[in-house]
Amino acid sequence: MIPPAFTYRRASSADEAIALAAEYGDDAKYLAGGHSLLPLMKLRFAAPSVLIDLGRLPELSYIRDERTYVAIGALTRHHDVQHSPVLAAQIPLLAHTAGRVGDPQIRHRGTIGGSVAHGDAASDLPAALLALDATFVARGPSGTRSVQAAGFFKGIFETDLEPGELLTEIQVPKPAVPAAWSFQKFTKRAIDWAIVGVAVQGHAIALINMGTTPLRATAAEAALASGASIADAAALAAEGTSAGSDIHATKAFREHLARVLVKRALEEAGARS
Amino acid sequence: MKVELTVNGKDITADVEDRTLLVHFLRDVADLTATNIGCETTSCGACTVLLDGESVKSCTVLAAQADGRSVTTLEGLASDAGEMHPVQKAFHEEHGLQCGYCTPGMVMAIVSLLRENPSPTEEQVRAGLEGNICRCTGYHNIVKAALSAASGVNP
Amino acid sequence: MSILGTRVIRTEDPRLLTAGGIYVDDLREPELDGAARATFVRSTVAHALITGIDTSAALEQPGVIAVLTAADMTDLPPPPPAGEFDPDAPAVEGPLPLGGVWSEPLLAVDRVRFVGEPVAIVLTDSTYQGEDAAELVSVDYEQLPAVPSIEAALAAGSLLFPDAGTNVCQKGGQDTSDESIFDGCEVVVEGDIVNQRVACLPMEGRSTAAAFSGGKLTVWASTQNAQLSRLILTAIGLPPDAIRVVAPDVGGGFGAKIGVDRESIIVAWAAKHTGRPVRWVETRNENLLAMTQGRAQELHIKIGGSRDGHIKAYRLNVLQDTGAYARMSGFLPSLTVLMAPGVYDIPAVQADYKVVVTDGTPIAAYRGAGRPEAAATIERAVDWFAAEAGLDPARVRKLNFIKPGQFPFVTKTGAPYDSGEYEAALDKVLAKAGYEELRAEQRRRREAGAARQLGIGLASYVEVTAGDAGAGETCKIDVHSDGTATVYTGSSAHGQGHHTAFAMLVQAELGIPMDKVEVIHGDTDLIPDGVGTYASRSLQLGGSAVQKAALEVKDEAARQAAALFEAAEADVVLDADTGLWQVRGDPDKSLTWAQVASEAEGGTLMANVRFTQAMPTFPFGSQLSLVEVDTETGKVTLLRHVTCDDAGPVLNPVLMEGQRHGGIAQGAAQALCEEVLYDADGNPLTSTLADYGAITAAELPSFELVTSETPTHLNPLGVKGIGEAGTIGATPAVQNAVIDAVSHLGVRHIDMPLTPERVWTAIQSAGLRRHVREASAK
Repeated sequence: MIPPAFTYRRASSADEAIALAAEYGDDAKYLAGGHSLLPLMKLRFAAPSVLIDLGRLPELSYIRDERTYVAIGALTRHHDVQHSPVLAAQIPLLAHTAGRVGDPQIRHRGTIGGSVAHGDAASDLPAALLALDATFVARGPSGTRSVQAAGFFKGIFETDLEPGELLTEIQVPKPAVPAAWSFQKFTKRAIDWAIVGVAVQGHAIALINMGTTPLRATAAEAALASGASIADAAALAAEGTSAGSDIHATKAFREHLARVLVKRALEEAGARS
Repeated sequence: MKVELTVNGKDITADVEDRTLLVHFLRDVADLTATNIGCETTSCGACTVLLDGESVKSCTVLAAQADGRSVTTLEGLASDAGEMHPVQKAFHEEHGLQCGYCTPGMVMAIVSLLRENPSPTEEQVRAGLEGNICRCTGYHNIVKAALSAASGVNP
Repeated sequence: MSILGTRVIRTEDPRLLTAGGIYVDDLREPELDGAARATFVRSTVAHALITGIDTSAALEQPGVIAVLTAADMTDLPPPPPAGEFDPDAPAVEGPLPLGGVWSEPLLAVDRVRFVGEPVAIVLTDSTYQGEDAAELVSVDYEQLPAVPSIEAALAAGSLLFPDAGTNVCQKGGQDTSDESIFDGCEVVVEGDIVNQRVACLPMEGRSTAAAFSGGKLTVWASTQNAQLSRLILTAIGLPPDAIRVVAPDVGGGFGAKIGVDRESIIVAWAAKHTGRPVRWVETRNENLLAMTQGRAQELHIKIGGSRDGHIKAYRLNVLQDTGAYARMSGFLPSLTVLMAPGVYDIPAVQADYKVVVTDGTPIAAYRGAGRPEAAATIERAVDWFAAEAGLDPARVRKLNFIKPGQFPFVTKTGAPYDSGEYEAALDKVLAKAGYEELRAEQRRRREAGAARQLGIGLASYVEVTAGDAGAGETCKIDVHSDGTATVYTGSSAHGQGHHTAFAMLVQAELGIPMDKVEVIHGDTDLIPDGVGTYASRSLQLGGSAVQKAALEVKDEAARQAAALFEAAEADVVLDADTGLWQVRGDPDKSLTWAQVASEAEGGTLMANVRFTQAMPTFPFGSQLSLVEVDTETGKVTLLRHVTCDDAGPVLNPVLMEGQRHGGIAQGAAQALCEEVLYDADGNPLTSTLADYGAITAAELPSFELVTSETPTHLNPLGVKGIGEAGTIGATPAVQNAVIDAVSHLGVRHIDMPLTPERVWTAIQSAGLRRHVREASAK
């Protein structure tokens, strides 16, 4: 299957990309790795008339240790996040999670920024970044701004990014205890999207595919903060979620899985630290 | 648009539609038909080729995105003297293929996998092939071929 | 020493590994120069009347050559007249489509019956243009109530073929109303089992290219049999002589490429109609919508026996969903009925079937075709019975097996089993797996109340291969004056390794080394008469034909050699190791094949044969599956799979193991994760590979194979079929293992696929039942 016709424009700098986006307006889409967008276009679920390729912006592909946080260029590929020594030492949750996205071929193309900007509640990395309290840096025609992960994911495939704004950097604060992490991805097959997933860093718990956006399990977190046991906190994991039913699982089963996986994640994070 | 690729060491330039997928560039422009198409959702891995030495699914890469880069397909693996690559050889010796349709993608995926991890365990090979579907072999001999190629490459 | 039985790696591989195969989309034949690309417009609704088709917008698109609908098909021969329909008439013989009121059109005429049914064909210069133009063909539908399930079909609220007056298109089997067969049974289990609809999913989908010139049609098709395809293609109004069908490399078939489908006929017609060559290669989405699918049965079982494990009676009622069109009529469930009692000597067996049309994709053969359903059901039933009786499932199997001394054995359903060593096969598997140790580990985990429980599943199966043994297979062998040989086989390779296996047979009989033997298949100009590859028939029929032809060539050569030696024919011998002809007692004189063939008429020694077999063969085996079930989430992990699959003497262990590996994976896939789903309106929910959970390497272990070789007397090689055995045994072994893992929690049955939610829900329901029982006991 073939995408509908479009005009391809390759940006040679972030500024040029932003200028092109401004020029073409709503008809244009940024193309990073393309592994979310191109399949949708091939199935003709999406038909932008202009694609602005960000693939040649080495300025946005980096992983830098910035003392209190790690700065990751939005166009850093999953493969590079997965194999980053900086992340392995400082934020192992993120390196591990990147290694669970898709398959090796997809990780050679897909980017962390693309995954975040796509805003899919079923994606792995957005939830991990939510658990890590990451900050997203966006640049637009009117300048640069930072958005906390907690306020970034707005709805189904909807983020806080304005039209034409480009996600440029992800800043991930170094956790106090890097080893206190766990990533639980529940799938039928290894390659599948998570039916439910859980990312835990310390006492922060984020859920994959339990609503229209990645979510924090706030009730469980609050319980932990007030001294509840892991089992008691995990029992609250599905509070405030709005999971859907589909061919892979019913809402009720997803809620059950969320409770089981949060318990396992907290136990594993505790055991690691 | 004009796209210029180095395919199996040869420069190929062509004027193609902007939406041309890399796999169609390889099959229709470069006339290299070993790379097969097995799905349209980046699920099956039949179209796996190496882009700058790393495995990618060529049905989900635009030819334009690969412009100026180097692509290796199954046809480009054997040595100039015609000697099969260790992974090809291992597929032959271990009966790692039956109908042959997934084979080019499987071989390229394993070549890439072994470059990144020259001595994988069986579990790592299996996990590394999560994005490649085969319907004939039950994967048994493909995994065996990957492991035997790994030991052959790094005795 | 004979090459037969040795591990020979494939001669097919170097080409496939360095240049890739040449599948239909790769063909660069001159006849296909400038071929138009075909794109089908397919129904987007399950059941509707077509009230209008507007092709005008599509016709204006760049590169569009034609947009053709049923209205354009005026140059086809008229269909045969519809006869009276009697649902109680005996089943159509063989795997043939039902005609009459149940006929399937080429392009949809006035009604569509499943999502994906072809409505129009768009011919363009390029693929990209085709997809753009096809999107612009506008079809008006007047929607009708869907028939999305067997239940809906039986309710008959909506009829797919109103002229038939029913959705039930076939019935057959025995009378199953006699309840007295269960009299005296101390343990009786009755239940419903679903054998779900699955996709065949060869990695290469369907594809066809066609060129018509000078009154002759050439069709290249991804098919399991060129000769049958040629017969089917006469539907466009050409005699067989005017049609050449070529099967190039074929990227897997698994039953779904027996002959060709309606799309291929339409493509061939379009080439003839427009005078331009046409090529069609389906997308995966089309493949999952419109390539025939498999299984799709709902079964009701009742099994009874004594408390000590002797099975006395078994009843099976099969409901077959045949999809929107009865492509194989009652053939599949008739095989399920035939094989109903499996490997057991059960004194009373009753089985019947009913076939209904639904608006699902048509159902046809899929690896096993009717037999996996029989094996999955009886093996489930035996485990269910054993669990109810509180007995070890291995013990119950052994108590009830047909014993070696009972062969040939005719079952109560009429299956004439040729040979078998059922208990020996099970014993080998149990020994290899370490059955007692596994049970001990299972007990430990149960006693510890572990979250991750161990399940041990057994399946002992028998299946029928070469069901149409009487049709046999053809082979022609030419030995040329340069000492090489060419084998023309009517069998058809698509991954099985025919070329290697058949060359081995020639080397073994004639001493002509394999690398001097060329094997050709799948071209009706070269091989007008042939049957093809399905029903695990290739080695026993096609291979036996090769051997028969080789022996005939050898006889002919002996006559030539005798003349050359000026010796008596009886004194001339062939040394099969060296390929040299000699005179007995005179080792100094010898002739090569080249020398002998040079003396034959035209410089070629030739034999042209058909090998037929009196009856089908019945391979058998046992499989053991070891799984771990996470009882908190229902997730299943397949840890080990041990099998003993006996199909007689092994010609080439490499090929035989390959067939078993692939079969096991497909069987396990049905048990664990694969299922085609529709919503209540008949819309498919699994029409991409992102949604249809095809099993990958990451879900499977390496398999442990045990050897067993029990010959049949039905062919000179003593061989039976192995292509489908792995699948037939694996599905119930894996399913039984999962249920075994949670049987101590009160679970007796879970339908496939054994998804986490199904398994977890079964555990919860069993817990609830136990709780209610305990509460009411107080």
